[in-house]
Amino acid sequence: MIRIDGVSHRIGHAPILHDISTQLPQGRLTALIGPNGAGKSTLLRLIGRLEPLQQGRITVAGHDIATTPTDRLATVMAILGQQTAIASRLRLAELVAFGRWPHHKGRPGPADRAKVAQALEAFALAPLAHRFLDEVSGGQAQRAHIAMAVAQDTEWMLLDEPLNNLDMAHARGLMRRLRLMVDEGRSVGMVVHEINYAAAWADHVIAMKGGRVVAQGPADEVLTESLLSDLYDTPIHVGQHQGRPLVLHHC
Amino acid sequence: MRPLPALGLSVLALMLGSLTVGAAHIDLRAVFSDSQAMLVLLESRLPRTVAVALTGAALSVAGVLIQALVRNRFVGPDTSGTAEGAALGLLTITILWPASPLWLRMIAASVAAMATTALFLAVIRRLPVREVMLVPIAGLVLSGVLGSIVTFIGWQTDLMQYVGTWLMSGEFSGVISGRYELLWVAAIAAALAWFSADRFAILGLGDQVATGLGLSTATVMRLGLAVVSVVTAMVVTTVGMIPFVGLVVPNLVARIMGDNLRASLPVVALVGAALVLACDLAGRLVIRPYEIPAGLVLGILGALLFLWLLHRRPAHG
Ligand SMILES: Nc1ncnc2c1ncn2[C@@H]1O[C@H](COP(=O)(O)OP(=O)(O)OP(=O)(O)O)[C@@H](O)[C@H]1O
Ligand SMILES: [Mg+2]
Repeated sequence: MIRIDGVSHRIGHAPILHDISTQLPQGRLTALIGPNGAGKSTLLRLIGRLEPLQQGRITVAGHDIATTPTDRLATVMAILGQQTAIASRLRLAELVAFGRWPHHKGRPGPADRAKVAQALEAFALAPLAHRFLDEVSGGQAQRAHIAMAVAQDTEWMLLDEPLNNLDMAHARGLMRRLRLMVDEGRSVGMVVHEINYAAAWADHVIAMKGGRVVAQGPADEVLTESLLSDLYDTPIHVGQHQGRPLVLHHC
Repeated sequence: MRPLPALGLSVLALMLGSLTVGAAHIDLRAVFSDSQAMLVLLESRLPRTVAVALTGAALSVAGVLIQALVRNRFVGPDTSGTAEGAALGLLTITILWPASPLWLRMIAASVAAMATTALFLAVIRRLPVREVMLVPIAGLVLSGVLGSIVTFIGWQTDLMQYVGTWLMSGEFSGVISGRYELLWVAAIAAALAWFSADRFAILGLGDQVATGLGLSTATVMRLGLAVVSVVTAMVVTTVGMIPFVGLVVPNLVARIMGDNLRASLPVVALVGAALVLACDLAGRLVIRPYEIPAGLVLGILGALLFLWLLHRRPAHG
């Protein structure tokens, strides 16, 4: 479980998060939703200790992120940021292989290589493995970054808009894989903008707006017409499809 | 052909060439019977050749490191205030304690180089990431300002003759046995960096990815800073600054091999050694029996190479 207790955050003098207390349940796929600027990325970055925690307390699977050594945390959670553009010229295989670094610290064994090969295979990157990161398409680079996080093979995975740049088939493929990982006992927290991915795949939803959590709970309890319409300040219709909510916002 | 053996052979060939070229004619096959030739070889030619190779290798590795630290390919140890910092440190200790022992001067030069490079890092961390060209410009400005300060103090204290040898483009004609051994310190520092190659490569992926992988970015930055500063300080104080090597060689190698530093650092070192050896050799051959400083040859060749790289590579590099 990820516990967030009384977390507030400011950038300069601007308050970004206001006294947030919530939980991401263990062994579940949690979707963070909310309009642009709601503070989703900021919260995820705080959990992933990419940003120093200013106020409050966060624990990931029992590890207090303020006191646990950062390299230890890297074996408990993997985090993929929203901004993945990097200037480095690595081959995709080399990038994904760095996902194993927290475990082997420079001395990869056969098990590490197998995990990297698996991750490359899982995201259809094997044919591109020897291409340079700055010589592949945006979606291919995004898949490589996700594969790196998957290769890290941690109890928790935190992904900020992983569906960015992915086509329909790869987006669906990613969600299926995350679902599979969750069913095998891992936990995932992800920021999603396309609500129907949350509706179709998430167990738990946390809705944020203006730096506050406005709703949280099982997906079908949170993804209701009134709540979503308020959240996004836009009329939204929610139907049903194969027993899951289907959010309609055409026209 | 595999790059490492081929490059190793080229460096060896260039070193042999460097041993045979010089004002006095010596026949390498006869050195064991000719004691005069042996003396020239051991006291002058060999030290010079080794000095050139070590300088090229160490500066190139330092270039890779500083580029990983600032995440920008358009900087080198000669354009980040490092060399001027080393000169400033040397100047300060020379003024404060003219009779100071060599090791203390080297420490002063290294520490000052570290301080100015840290200043450079602090400045560029405040710049917007997307402005790729601001970083090298900031480096040039800082180098320029520091260089002027050093020159000013040099004039005021009648130490221009030293300052000249540190800041002007470097050359190797003064290298004799007993006067270049500090370059080994530079080479060892550069070699040590290889053991942390993965860490530098991960740092080059950005703070976010590096932290996510559990790397302490501050520690790796400090390590890189130390290596770059020691290398530059040793080179500046022994032979003067050699321009462009630390900028061009990392770019050339990254184009072909990418940024997997564990694999590419040895190649970078060999290419750097070969490039400076070739330039030193060329400088000795074109106007025989006189010499053009290797730094000057590199200034011209390096600038051309760099322009070509700029032209070939899209600006996001
Ligand atoms: N560097 C910054 N300086 C000032 N304000 C910032 C900075 N970064 C983010 N903010 C503000 O913090 C708030 C939360 O940003 P955050 O990136 O967490 O939003 P988000 O929910 O992830 O949005 P999006 O859906 O657009 O990714 C926004 O109002 C944003 O304007
Ligand atoms: Mg965001």
